[in-house]
Amino acid sequence: MSSGDGSSEPSSKISKISKKPRYSRFTQQELPACKPILTPGLVITILISLAIIFIPIGLSSISASENVVELVDRYDDVCIPSNSSNHDEKIGFIQDAATNKTCFRTWIVPKKMNHPIFVYYQLDNFYQNHRRYVKSRSDHQLWSPKSERATKLCEPEAQNDDDKPIVPCGLIAWSLFNDTYRFSRNDDAIEINKKDIAWGSDRTKKFGSDVYPKNFQTRGLIGGAKLNESIPLSQQEDLIVWMRTAALPSFRKLYGRIETDLEANDKITIEIQNNYNTYSFNGRKKLVISTTTWIGGKNDFLGRMYMTVGGTSLFFAIAFSILFVIKPR
Amino acid sequence: MSGRRGRGIHFSRLYSFSCFRGSFRDEHSQIGQKGYSRVVYCNDPDNSEQLMLSPLAPYTASSILWPLLVVIGATMAKEAVEDWRRKQDVEANNRKVKVYDRNHNFQHTRWKKLRVGDLVKVYKDEYFPADLLLLSSSYEDGICYVETTNLDGETNLKVKHALDVTSSLHEDNSFQHFKAIIKCEDPNEDLYAFVGTLYYDGQQYPLSLQQLLVRDSKLRNTEFVYGVVVFTGHDTKVMQNATDPPSKRSKIERKMDKIIYVLFSLLILVSFIGSFFFGISTKKDIDDGKLKRWYLRPDAATVFYDPQRSALAAFFHFLTGLMLYGYLIPISLYVSIEVVKVLQTIFINRDQDMYYEETDKPAHARTSNLNEELGQVDTILSDKTGTLTCNSMDFVKCSIAGVAYGRGMTEVERALAKRKGDTHHDSGITSSNIQRSGDDFAGSGKSIKGFNFHDERIMNGQWVNEPHADMIQKFFRVLALCHTAIPEVNQETGEVAYEAESPDEAAFVIAARELGFEFFERTQTSISLHELDHKSGRKIDRTCHMLVALSLRIQAILDTFPPPPENVLFLLRVSVMFERLSEDAQDSVAITMDHIKRYSEAGLRTLVVACRELSELEYRSWEEEFLTAQTSLNADRDALIEAAADKIERDLILLGATAVEDKLQKGVPECIEKLENAGIKIWVITGDKMETAINIGYACSLLREDMKQIVITLDSAEISDLEKKGDKEAVAKASSVSITNQIREGKLQLSSSEGNSIPFGLIIDGKSLTFALSKNLEDSFLDLANNCASVICCRSTPKQKALVTRLVKKGTGRTTLAIGDGANDVGMLQEADIGVGISGVEGMQAAMSSDFTIAQFRFLERLLLVHGHWCYRRISMMICYFFYKNIAFGFTLFWFEAHASFSGQPAYNDWYMSFYNVFFTSLPVIALGVFDQDVSARLCLKNPELYQEGIHNILFSWPRILGWMLNGIISSMIIFFFTTNSVLHQAFRRDGRVVDFEVLGVMMYTCAVWTVNCQMALSINYFTWIQHFFIWGSIAFWYAFLVMYGAMSPRISTTAYQVFVETCAPSPFFWLETLLVVVSALLPYLLYRSFQTEFNPMIHDVIQRRRLESPEVEASKELSGKIGKLREEDSLLSKL
Repeated sequence: MSSGDGSSEPSSKISKISKKPRYSRFTQQELPACKPILTPGLVITILISLAIIFIPIGLSSISASENVVELVDRYDDVCIPSNSSNHDEKIGFIQDAATNKTCFRTWIVPKKMNHPIFVYYQLDNFYQNHRRYVKSRSDHQLWSPKSERATKLCEPEAQNDDDKPIVPCGLIAWSLFNDTYRFSRNDDAIEINKKDIAWGSDRTKKFGSDVYPKNFQTRGLIGGAKLNESIPLSQQEDLIVWMRTAALPSFRKLYGRIETDLEANDKITIEIQNNYNTYSFNGRKKLVISTTTWIGGKNDFLGRMYMTVGGTSLFFAIAFSILFVIKPR
Repeated sequence: MSGRRGRGIHFSRLYSFSCFRGSFRDEHSQIGQKGYSRVVYCNDPDNSEQLMLSPLAPYTASSILWPLLVVIGATMAKEAVEDWRRKQDVEANNRKVKVYDRNHNFQHTRWKKLRVGDLVKVYKDEYFPADLLLLSSSYEDGICYVETTNLDGETNLKVKHALDVTSSLHEDNSFQHFKAIIKCEDPNEDLYAFVGTLYYDGQQYPLSLQQLLVRDSKLRNTEFVYGVVVFTGHDTKVMQNATDPPSKRSKIERKMDKIIYVLFSLLILVSFIGSFFFGISTKKDIDDGKLKRWYLRPDAATVFYDPQRSALAAFFHFLTGLMLYGYLIPISLYVSIEVVKVLQTIFINRDQDMYYEETDKPAHARTSNLNEELGQVDTILSDKTGTLTCNSMDFVKCSIAGVAYGRGMTEVERALAKRKGDTHHDSGITSSNIQRSGDDFAGSGKSIKGFNFHDERIMNGQWVNEPHADMIQKFFRVLALCHTAIPEVNQETGEVAYEAESPDEAAFVIAARELGFEFFERTQTSISLHELDHKSGRKIDRTCHMLVALSLRIQAILDTFPPPPENVLFLLRVSVMFERLSEDAQDSVAITMDHIKRYSEAGLRTLVVACRELSELEYRSWEEEFLTAQTSLNADRDALIEAAADKIERDLILLGATAVEDKLQKGVPECIEKLENAGIKIWVITGDKMETAINIGYACSLLREDMKQIVITLDSAEISDLEKKGDKEAVAKASSVSITNQIREGKLQLSSSEGNSIPFGLIIDGKSLTFALSKNLEDSFLDLANNCASVICCRSTPKQKALVTRLVKKGTGRTTLAIGDGANDVGMLQEADIGVGISGVEGMQAAMSSDFTIAQFRFLERLLLVHGHWCYRRISMMICYFFYKNIAFGFTLFWFEAHASFSGQPAYNDWYMSFYNVFFTSLPVIALGVFDQDVSARLCLKNPELYQEGIHNILFSWPRILGWMLNGIISSMIIFFFTTNSVLHQAFRRDGRVVDFEVLGVMMYTCAVWTVNCQMALSINYFTWIQHFFIWGSIAFWYAFLVMYGAMSPRISTTAYQVFVETCAPSPFFWLETLLVVVSALLPYLLYRSFQTEFNPMIHDVIQRRRLESPEVEASKELSGKIGKLREEDSLLSKL
């Protein structure tokens, strides 16, 4: 080390740039920051405000749900001949094309139902979300007649026996639900509007208006409904609804809308064509009519959960306050 | 520098690595092995591409591939930037140097074309292209000056001497007939040794380091040199030294591997459960030839769904499951951690509070692997010289001919005085104090660096009046002559400054100068000084011929001073060589011995000065012998030289002793106190004498008055008796027994004082350490040492330093940090979990082999308590959170699959899934890892007890990790079951439409994104705009992504087409459901944390509260209770 007072330092050192890190709030980790801490005061405030927000929401959802009138009727177990008690007989009945599958059900409307009243069919234990099932479709084929042969994913319902492509191909379309319902009140038919039951985007962007069903349900094993070959796919709304697969093995799908009000104590007769085979896999079929409010159909769960969470928050807020009073730090 | 190169090569494998693994199962077998993360990353794209071609995969190819490519691309870019330095290689290879060619001209040639034996000419300020043998220089006498900053960090110039025979070759054309042969050692890494012989004109000439110009050093103050290439490329000393730094991984990372094992088992378990049930449900699809779930066409199924081969289908499903639940193993965690750590090191490097103005050195993290380890240090093993002290020496005292000179008071003396209750110096040892006391004595007001000697008896030429004036003259002559310093004369003022290899040397030369023996010129063969003639009082110029300069120890000087000029004055300085002194001055020896003892007690470094006068005849005969020894190329050359040196080192006349003070660095005592408060144990391992070490221990508050000392030493009469008899075995045996007894006694002392909390200090010397480190004693030694507050090992060798470090590391299993500055600390630095080098005066070896370098010991406080604590907290939080978020997400997939007949159907659109780790949740974690602070730097330093969280590894303990995982599972359950139950069956909009697969995916995913991001917001304590931006930005980006992705053609967006704009957004139910799920998922954590901070707070909670309430309120009682509990738990654990 050199001694003395700097003047004797070698010249090369003078030009050296200082390696001192430059100051910035970022590199010195001194950015302005807020540092919230869970103090008892803050916790109690949070919990109480949660309660204040959640309980009213819960109450209003429950009341909205109360305003919904919903009728559910399971018919798969009654719409079969009473003598076919065992499983195989049921399957035999449903698979036999010759048997009469018409079935009548009578409902009494418990409360006034304002239109629109939505008609759903509900299937239980039907795995529309099975991976094999979900994948078995061709979006390209559904949209454009040019992609008719894009059926790679549709096996085993891709081509008919003459190697002609099936439109719409795949297991989803093949297993299209084919029960039908006819509503009547005091022998007056109630019209069911089946327009606009599918999502608009599906109709306009996923299912082509120039794609027509071809070679559909022509092979040995018939799955579900047949399609009218003169109507383009974009107008086959039942198909579009069906092909929007359900998330869970128990699901409802929109069948149509009743555009008139139903009065309390109205007697409604429903003529059901019980065609769809749910007996093989122990599925259930239900027919549902329901009105809606702002939260949709009848939904007690949401409101109750809101109440529960709000109540829990309130409980802990109080518990906390008491603890804080009894045992302050 | 060389280390960086090694790293670079390692990294470059990453982006030039092309491999193709056949099966993805191989990939998983890599887990837990070294470098697992990197291998996985470079393999993944290949694997996924392969797998995507198979129908096994639950996703489409591109949705996996693209995000991976983004991640890999980012990693590659990072590595490429880090590798940018390799460009230097190319530059270096293409640099040009003048080489002598066949046409007898010097031509420019590229460095890479240099061959061994080439003659090169190097100009001023150029680097040497290879290891060269110096032939001649622009100076007559063939010397040249070399700067070796690149090699050892020493800034002083070093002189190299050409051999006399070749030093006359000054012209380019004088080499026409030059032919010689060099025989020398094989390439090796020793920078400080070179052995060889030059055969020239039929004569042999010994070669030494003096003739070797090492590559990467620079020619200075010399117009040009000629040299012969001896070693090139990888044979050069500098490249031989370029070893990879030992690869160290932090404890957290090693623990993370274990967590990965846990998660991997979980992954296998979950996949197995899935495939088991899938197998059963698939088998049932055809019952007795009848189709059950006819809509799946089980009669026409491929092998993956075939009821006839359900076992095989289940097996394939297992593979699918592994891919589907791959989210449980956060691959991107590794990348995120890398990124975070690099950013953390930038913060360390850029910290202004760790920048040392005087040497212009900021802190430097040489590896980013160990940031969080800094927060867990349990034991610090520190060197003394240059680490605790400045290693800039002040000449303070001397003893000449039995008279002690020097009236200054050292820091240690002041500390001792303070200890004895003398309050005359008020506030302990502060720098101002030192300064003041220095000024008191200096009088003139001008302080000279390296010189703090005050004694009117010999200053200002007064020494001539002292009784032993001739001795004093000889004494200072030795100091002025026996060294390797280089003078630099300032032409204007005539002042002389010195460049010396060691600070001690500089202190001696400066002292000699101040007392009138001004060394001002050095040539290869002579040294010149101005000297005060003690008779006339005038300044006389004197030139002495240096005959042999073989080592620091011995220098033979032909003294031409009258009278009589033919005498050779053989001068030398020795450290401890009393046995070599001549017999006839025993009385002064005894006095000097006593002085030396007192000096050491005062914490001074002492050196004995002695000389011997020879007649020329005697000298010549010895010289011949010595030169033959030097030229011999045998293996026993060193022994021969030693023998020759021995012959001359006899019958020395004792002149006196010097005492040089190595001042404590600024802030060391305060820093040590802080670190001790933080619960870190500090061991000082030094080569000093025991008295010095103890006194330094007091000076830097490592030992305190209230401490009890346990001293383990072999300095007993019994053992020295045995030693005299020379029976080595008996000595060893007796020593071992003695050490065993001493350790036992120490333990007894400890246990007897248990309960009254008297801290103990253990002091052990090097000899005892040899025995204490033996197999059968090390455990009890460690046990004893662990129970002492501080440990001082003195008189220890570099090897012992490393051994002690290993003992502590292995024995306690705790994190050790070694800090040192010299080459003798390298072993220790590499052995410890973390090596911290002080980039100080002693060169760069320690800094080169360390993981972090700082300029001053006191910066350690900030490095550990602030950066270490933060990094530890950040990384452990980050890892826990990462597992949480991936489990929370991964398990929603599992619950969904359970509701989809375990068919391996993911609940979400492929692209949502692949972006989960890349866009929607990754940036907040990185922000957490880079920016989070539980308390500010100031409070970290003010409350060192906060550091306990790291030592006891509270933030990354198994309960905490498993707690976070459990939280993830709970969140996933709340997300899935609340969502599905609230949407089951009924319409979710006024227009009667129901929730389908696409909408449920969006709903659950929205909840997941909200939940994990809000969880982040809940668990961090530090919000800058960056955190706000990343957390809320990630959530906002999810919606933006949904809108953008949903606007693409349905053939691209598939299930996401218009799903947000058309379907979800207009539904109040969608928003209410999100709010409900998110709040419910966060509520358990919120309540848990609230109770915890209130009724069982962690240390940082207490400090945060204290900050919030008011600085006056003392929560220290609670804290100390907390820490006490921690220690108890700890000791319990260790007993188990």
